[in-house]
Amino acid sequence: MSSAQFVQYLISGITLGSVYALVGLGFTIIYAVTKIINFAQGEFVMLGGLLSFTLIHRAGLPLVPALILAILIAAAVGATMYLLAIRPPRKASVVSLIIITIGAAIFIRGIAGQELTKDFVRLPSFSGEESISFLGAHIDPQALWIIGTMVVVTIILHLFLNYTMVGKALKACAINPVASSLVGINPKTMALIAFVLASALGGIGGVVLAPLTPLSYQAGIMLGLKGFVAAAIGGFKSPVAAVFGGLLLGIIESFAVAANWGPFNSAYKDAIALVVLLLILLVRSGKLAEEERAG
Amino acid sequence: MRNYLKYAVVLVLVAAVLALGSIGCSTKEEGGATPTPALTPYKVGALFASSGFNSTLGQTQKPTVEMLVDQINKAGGINGHPLEVIMYDTKSDTATAATLANKLIEQGVVAIIGPTSTGESMAVKPIANQAGVTLVSCAAGSVIVQPVGNYTWVFNTPQLDYVAIERLYIYLQEQNITKIALLTDTAGFGAAGRKWLVNTDMLSKYGLTIVPDGDQTYGTSDVDMQAQLTKISGTAAQAIVCWGTNPGPAIIARNMKTLGMTIPLLCSHGIAFKSFIDTAGSAANGIVFCAGKLPIVDQLPDTDPQKALLEKYKTDFEAWYGSGITNTFGGHAYDALMMVVDALKAVGPDKAKIRDYIENDIVNWPGTGGVYNMSPQNHNGLPSDPKQAMILVKIVNGQWTWLQD
Amino acid sequence: MLARLKRNWLYLAIAAVIAFFIVIPFGWFLGQYTTLMIFIGIYTIVTVGLCLLMGYTGQVSLGQAAFFGMGAYISAILTTTSGFNPWLAMLIAAVITGAFAYIIGYPIFRLKGNYLAMATLGLGLIMWILFKQLNQSFGEPDGISGIPYLSIGGFAFDSSFRMYFLVWAFCLAVLLISQNIVRSRTGRALRAIHGSEAASESIGINVVRVKVKILVLGAVYASLAGSLFAHHLRYVGAQPFDFLASVKLVVMAVIGGLASIWGAIFGAGTTHILSDEILLRFGDWDVVVYGLILVLVMIFMPEGLFVKLKEVFERLRLRYRRKGVEP
Repeated sequence: MSSAQFVQYLISGITLGSVYALVGLGFTIIYAVTKIINFAQGEFVMLGGLLSFTLIHRAGLPLVPALILAILIAAAVGATMYLLAIRPPRKASVVSLIIITIGAAIFIRGIAGQELTKDFVRLPSFSGEESISFLGAHIDPQALWIIGTMVVVTIILHLFLNYTMVGKALKACAINPVASSLVGINPKTMALIAFVLASALGGIGGVVLAPLTPLSYQAGIMLGLKGFVAAAIGGFKSPVAAVFGGLLLGIIESFAVAANWGPFNSAYKDAIALVVLLLILLVRSGKLAEEERAG
Repeated sequence: MRNYLKYAVVLVLVAAVLALGSIGCSTKEEGGATPTPALTPYKVGALFASSGFNSTLGQTQKPTVEMLVDQINKAGGINGHPLEVIMYDTKSDTATAATLANKLIEQGVVAIIGPTSTGESMAVKPIANQAGVTLVSCAAGSVIVQPVGNYTWVFNTPQLDYVAIERLYIYLQEQNITKIALLTDTAGFGAAGRKWLVNTDMLSKYGLTIVPDGDQTYGTSDVDMQAQLTKISGTAAQAIVCWGTNPGPAIIARNMKTLGMTIPLLCSHGIAFKSFIDTAGSAANGIVFCAGKLPIVDQLPDTDPQKALLEKYKTDFEAWYGSGITNTFGGHAYDALMMVVDALKAVGPDKAKIRDYIENDIVNWPGTGGVYNMSPQNHNGLPSDPKQAMILVKIVNGQWTWLQD
Repeated sequence: MLARLKRNWLYLAIAAVIAFFIVIPFGWFLGQYTTLMIFIGIYTIVTVGLCLLMGYTGQVSLGQAAFFGMGAYISAILTTTSGFNPWLAMLIAAVITGAFAYIIGYPIFRLKGNYLAMATLGLGLIMWILFKQLNQSFGEPDGISGIPYLSIGGFAFDSSFRMYFLVWAFCLAVLLISQNIVRSRTGRALRAIHGSEAASESIGINVVRVKVKILVLGAVYASLAGSLFAHHLRYVGAQPFDFLASVKLVVMAVIGGLASIWGAIFGAGTTHILSDEILLRFGDWDVVVYGLILVLVMIFMPEGLFVKLKEVFERLRLRYRRKGVEP
C-alpha cells in the first residue's frame, strides 16, 4: 500500500477511534467509581445526536445552543437513570445491575424512537465539507472536530480528576470506596457525579459524531458495544487508558479492512477487535482475578 | 415432599396465568375491532418490520396499510364487510416472524401480507404454505417465489432482486464501463444484492468484471467506510456499485466526496428515500440508482398506466403520514394488500379461492411496483425484462430525475 | 374427607398441571398457544443450563446464546448441505458445542465477576459474527432455509402439534436429569462452591473442573435446544443468537430463580408470555414497556419472580396452617 493510503487508513482509524474513546471514557468512569458496567452508555451518544437534531428542527434553536442543551439533557437523563434505577436496589448483584442498565438502555432507546424520530438524522458539519489534504490523505473537517474534541475532553478530564477536590474524591472512590467513605467522601454522591459525567461525555460524542454520520435511535447499540470494547482494552482504569483502547480499536478496524481478507473484511474487523479484547482479558486474568477479590 | 409441593404450586400458578391470559386475550380478539358490524369483518394478517435492522424498509409499510384500511372501510368496506388487518411487528427477527405468522393463522386470517425482508419471508413461507393461507410477501428475494414448486400459496410484489442488479448492469454496459468495484452491506438487503452482483453469468452477460480487491463490504451499523473506499481507490475500478439501505450509502457518498473520488457511484432502490438526500447532502448529486416509478411519478407521461395510481398513493400517503416520505417499499405493501382486497371482493373470505384468484386473475393489474401478470409459474407477476420492470433515477440538485435512454 | 383432599391436594395440583399441558395443543381456545408453548419449552432447556451455571457458580454468562446458536447452525448446515440424518446432526452439534465449551472453560474461569461477564460477552459476539458469515456461505444471505423436519421412521414431526410433545419430552428429560445431577456428588460440590469457593478448595474440590462441567452441561442443553429450534422453524438466521438474545436468556434465568431447575419453566414462560402476548397490546411502545419492566423487576425482585412467589406462597401457607387446619 502506498504511503498516502497508509495515512488515510490511519486517519480514518483515529477518527473512528476517537468516537469509541469518547464512549469508552464514559464506561470507564462509571466502572471505576461504581464497579458497574453501564450498558446504556451508547444510548447517551445517540441522545446527543438525536436531541440536537430535534432541538434544531422542531424547537428552532440555532446550532450551538442546541448542541449544549442536548449535552445537558443527556447528562440529566444519566442522573435520572442513576437516581431511579441504580441507587435504589441496595444489595443488587452483578447480574441484576447488568440487567438494569440494559433495561434502561432499551427504555431510553424506545422513548427516543417514539418521541424524537425513527429516521436517520444528520447535523450540518461544523466547518463546512471541503476535505483537507494531509500527507496525501484526505480528511473530512468534521473528523478533526471529533479528534480535537476527544483530545480536549481527555485533557480536561485529566485535570479535573487530578487537580480538583471533586475529581480527586472521584479518584479516591475508584481506588478504594471503603477508605474514601471513612474520610468523608460519600460514595453515592460520587456515583451520581460519575453517571452525570459519563452521560455528558456520551452526549458530547453524539454531538460531534452526528455531522459526520447519520444516526438513528438504534445507533446506541453498536456504539455502546464498541465503546465497551475500547474501555475493556483500556482495562477500565483511567481515562487515558480508555482513549488508548478506543484509538487502538479504531486503528485495528481500519487496517483490518486494508488487509486482504476478501469480501468479509467488515465482519472480520469486528471479530478481530473482540479477539484482541479476549486475549487481553485472558493474558491479564491472573491480575484481574486478584483485583476482583480485593475490590 | 415439600420440594415437590413448591414446584407444583408454581406450575399451577403458571397454568393459571396462561389460562387467564387466554381467556382475557380471546375476548379481546373477538370483541375488540369493530363494534356490532353489520357484516362479519374480513380478517387479513400483516407482518412488517417496524423496528430492528430492516425497519428502514418496513417503516412506511404499516402506515400504508393503515391508510388503505381506513380508506376502504370509510367507503363501505369490501362488499359491505369491514376490512380488518391484524398487524404485527416482526422486529426484523425471523423467529418472531414465524411465531407471529403462526399466531395470525391461528387467529383465522384468510391471507397474510408481508414480511418486509427476504429472511423473514423464508421463515414464514413454509408455515403459510402448509396451513393453506396465501402469503403475499413484500420482499424481493427471488428464492421466495422461484421456483414455485410446491409453494403454491406464496407470492411476492417487489421486483425480484436480480432484476434490480440487471437494470444497473445494463446501464453500466451502455456507459461502456467494464471494471467495477462493489460495496455491499453485510446484512439482508445488501447481502442478497451482492449474491447477484458477483454472479459470474450476470457479470459476463454485460461484459463486466469486478476488480481484484474490489469486492468490499461494510456493516449495517458502521459509521465510516473510508477504509474500504481507500482500498477501492487503489484499484482500476471505473464505477462503484453500492447495495444497502440507509445510512450506509449516505455515509459512502460523503466519504467518497471527502476522499475526492470521482468515479460514478451506483446504488440500489434501497436509497429511494428522501432521507437519503437529506443525510448525504451535496454528495448525493450524480448518484444513479434503479427503482420503481414512484420517485419520479411527476415526470411520467400521462399515458403511463401507473401514473394515476402512483400520484394518488403519494398524495394520500403524504396527507396521512407526512411529506416527502413516500417510497417504493411502502408501495410493495400497497400492492400486496390491494391484491388480497381484489380477491376478497371477487370471491369472499375463502382461503383457497383467494389463492386461485391471485394466481389466475391478477392480469394486467397496475400497482405501484408495475403492471402485474401472475400465473401458476410466475408468482411475482412483474416483467422479467429489467428495462420494463425498473427505471433509472439520477439525483440532480437534490432532486430525483428520471434517467431515460 | 376434607382432610384427605388437602393431603392429596398436591397430587391433584400436579395432575391438573399435567392435564393442562397435554390439552393445549389439541385446540379450542388454548390451541393458539401451541407455538408459544413450543418456544417456551425450547428456551426452558437453555435456561436450565444457565440457571445451574449462574446459580451455582455465581458467574454471569452474557454469551449463552452462542451455544444455542451453535446447535441450531450445526444442525442446519449438516442437514441442508450434507443431508445428514437430523438426529445424528443434533448429536454431533451437541458434541461439538460441548467440546467447545470444555476448551474455553478452563481459560474463561480464570476470570471472575465483571471480567468473566465481559469475556462471555465477547465470545457471544464473536460467535454471532461467525453465524452471520455462515449465513452467507451456506444459505441465503439472511439465513439458512429448507431445514428438514425431525422424524422417526416414517413419523415426521411436521406439525406444531407433534413438535409440542417432542419439545416438552426433551424439556422434561432435561429437567429430570438436572435434578438428578443436583442431588449427586457433583451437585453437592456445586452447592459447596456456591457457599464458598475457598472452603471447597480446601476440602479437595477442584473448583474449576466442576465449573467447567456445568458450563459444558449448559452448552449441551443449549445446543439441543438450538437443534430443536432449527427443526421447528426450519430456518435459522443470526438474530435469535445476538447479544440481546443472551441478555434475554439471563433475564429468563433470573426470573426463574438462579439455582432453581423447575423455575426455568417459569422464567422462560413469563418472559415469552410477556413479549409475545402482553407487549403486543402496546404496539410501538412495547419496547419501552419491556425496558421498564426489566428495570422494575430487577430493582424490586432481584432474586427472581419465581422465588418471590414462593416466598409469598410460603407466608400464606404458614398463616393458613396457624389457623389450626392440619394438611
